[in-house]
Amino acid sequence: MTDVREAERTTRDAPSVVRTLVLWCPDWPVTAAVRAGHLDPEAPIALIEKGLVFACSAAARRAGVRRGLRVREAQSRVPELLVQPYDPLIDHRTFDGVVDAIEELMPGTQLLRPGMCAIRSRGPSRYYGGEEPAARALLDCLDAQGLPDSRVGVADGPFTAEHAARSTLTTPGRVLVVPEGESAAFLAPLSIGLLDDPALVTLLRRLGVNTLADFAALPAVDVHGRFGEHGARLHALASGLDSRAVVPRVPPEQLERVIEFEPPLDRVDQVTFGFRATADRFLDALTEAKLVCTAIRIEVRTESGETSERTWLHPRSFTASDVVDRVRWQLQGSGAIDSGLGSAIDRVRVAPESVDSIGNHEVGLWGGGPDERIHHGLSRVQSMLGHGGVLTAVIGGGRSLADRQTLVAWGDRPVPDRPADQPWPGQLPPLPPSTVFRAPPPVVVLDAAGRSVEVDERGALSGAPAAFAPAAATDAVRAVTAWAGPWPLEERWWDAETSRSAHRFQVVDADGTAWLLVLERGAWCAEARYD
Amino acid sequence: MPVSRLPAGHASAAATAIAAAAEPAGDAATTADTVRTLQSRIRQMQASKLDSRSIPTHPAIAELLPGGALKQGAVYSVDRSATLLMALLAGPSAAGSWCGVVGVPEFGIEAAARFGIDLDRLVLVPDPGEQWLAVTAAIADVMGVVVTRPPRRADDGSVARLAARLRQRDATLIVLGTWPQSEAMLSLSESDWTGIGNGHGHLSARQVTVTVTSRTHARPRSARLWLPDREAAFRSAGRVPQAAQPDLRPVLREAAG
Repeated sequence: MTDVREAERTTRDAPSVVRTLVLWCPDWPVTAAVRAGHLDPEAPIALIEKGLVFACSAAARRAGVRRGLRVREAQSRVPELLVQPYDPLIDHRTFDGVVDAIEELMPGTQLLRPGMCAIRSRGPSRYYGGEEPAARALLDCLDAQGLPDSRVGVADGPFTAEHAARSTLTTPGRVLVVPEGESAAFLAPLSIGLLDDPALVTLLRRLGVNTLADFAALPAVDVHGRFGEHGARLHALASGLDSRAVVPRVPPEQLERVIEFEPPLDRVDQVTFGFRATADRFLDALTEAKLVCTAIRIEVRTESGETSERTWLHPRSFTASDVVDRVRWQLQGSGAIDSGLGSAIDRVRVAPESVDSIGNHEVGLWGGGPDERIHHGLSRVQSMLGHGGVLTAVIGGGRSLADRQTLVAWGDRPVPDRPADQPWPGQLPPLPPSTVFRAPPPVVVLDAAGRSVEVDERGALSGAPAAFAPAAATDAVRAVTAWAGPWPLEERWWDAETSRSAHRFQVVDADGTAWLLVLERGAWCAEARYD
Repeated sequence: MPVSRLPAGHASAAATAIAAAAEPAGDAATTADTVRTLQSRIRQMQASKLDSRSIPTHPAIAELLPGGALKQGAVYSVDRSATLLMALLAGPSAAGSWCGVVGVPEFGIEAAARFGIDLDRLVLVPDPGEQWLAVTAAIADVMGVVVTRPPRRADDGSVARLAARLRQRDATLIVLGTWPQSEAMLSLSESDWTGIGNGHGHLSARQVTVTVTSRTHARPRSARLWLPDREAAFRSAGRVPQAAQPDLRPVLREAAG
């Protein structure tokens, strides 16, 4: 009786393990960076995240660079190391093309992470007459993609298959097939550290559990009682009973549009005119997918192979003419509409960067309120003066007045250059000046004896300011009735390029107008006026 | 201006005033004063925009302005002072209006925010170049208050077209500098800073005399204001005696004498 119940329970609980084929491209972040940045794949390359090496190329690894090393140490081991910041977006974007190619060969691909994907092996192995030939076919496809380093593991469940693929680094051949039901034996000698839960791994190590086999040997009921649902799942992984299914990805709809110009066009207005129909098609496809677009990415390729990429935001959502405007602004920069281009354009691509449901952007029955009217009006001014002609402002942190105010073009996201919540010691007293000169006019400041006022290294004045005059017209002297200063400003002394050392003064002239004068590197200028 | 266009009440009020003025006056000065008062009353009554609405204005400045507030569709001139300009913008901006600033690249953003202008509803067009009139008109189409600084004198036709557009759109234009048909001209004088000495302290507050010259006022009106006070707010600091003001209309006095 008990045996029957036990057997029933086992059959009900026994996870249905799916034979899985996992494809792995080692060092994918480096491969992606090489492809995106046109680097030499043979060179020692390291990708850095938060000051530590995140990934490195084979050449760098041979020279002793490891993941988790500090940048300085990696550079001391390999002086000619190419250091690049790690960008997960590039990983995803580059791997997308590979996944597309795989999907043409074997449908139903699940993207585990950039550089690794899982495929249910039943269909391909039946078609190619076995798991090994299917894996070979997949590798041939990747070789054609220029990825000769890729590996394939076939086993029960994605976890075992992934580690089968990884183990091919140490075994001859690029494919490892773990026969059905032998997953537990394959995993047994591997380290407990492969489980993706550092806290649990540390605890298990202290309990004397060092390999997956040790962990799998523990009774499942006890593991569940001690570590809960999550621990039980990891226990199942260690026992080779990976019940996760392979969930094929739904290929995203192609919303991007490309136009190629043959022959290439060398005038801005020709390109924008040629692009108009493409913009219409782009918007039609979005509308058909019941989407609106709030950010787009435009890539322009010139005849000589240069590409210019830029993301454009929109405060509401793009219309076809807005997209054409953005292409024009990207091409012309600050030039006029009929200006020529440095090199002829042969390809323009527009892709949506962030989309939203069309329902959230529907105009109300009585119009969209005042903001839409304002946006239309300002877009008109932008079409007259260019994208940067209409600005909105945001106040950030900083010590000088110019540092604190950030101006962004209408439609872009206003983010201050420097965080405002930092203390910024050395900033000006609270009353801000109402006029801040964009190009501070040079002035001369004189003491009572008519000598130029200077500040020495210890911050002492050579004399009290008695008068000042614009450097351009030194006879228009203004008498100083009150003054305060010098207030020293020392910024980034460790960086020769951006360091700043100045003394600031507030000065009131005989008319009652107050000025903010700055003495920097021996030269006086009027930075702002309190008028 | 035909009298028949005035409402009956206004016409009779004018008649009473004229009758009062017709009585023999003490001396030439009082006569001149009476003439000025009458002229301003006539102008007020003749205002072609009886229904013109006003926009929220700071009370300290509002009492100096003709009509007691900034009007929609009108043009005001500000002589040089950016603080005074911000004092005019602060009221409408706090009440929810959008403000556009055209052709003033040195507009101090931080001071604007400090004086109560909402930066989310502030738009700057620092370099409109040759198209400043077209840009000003386009901004006035959509925004409640527009500030502009003409790089040169505009021709009369463009001024008239812009004025018509402002009236139609109910936008208020504030010009930094002079403008041919401005409702009032605001200027600053006698500014006294406090908080700063000779080599010590820092600028903290100032008192100024704000003078408003208007076509509809008999004589310029002045007030002593804190612009700004120690809390970066604007408030009145008591009125200046009228005698202290220069008489801008000597011709009238001669005529009356």
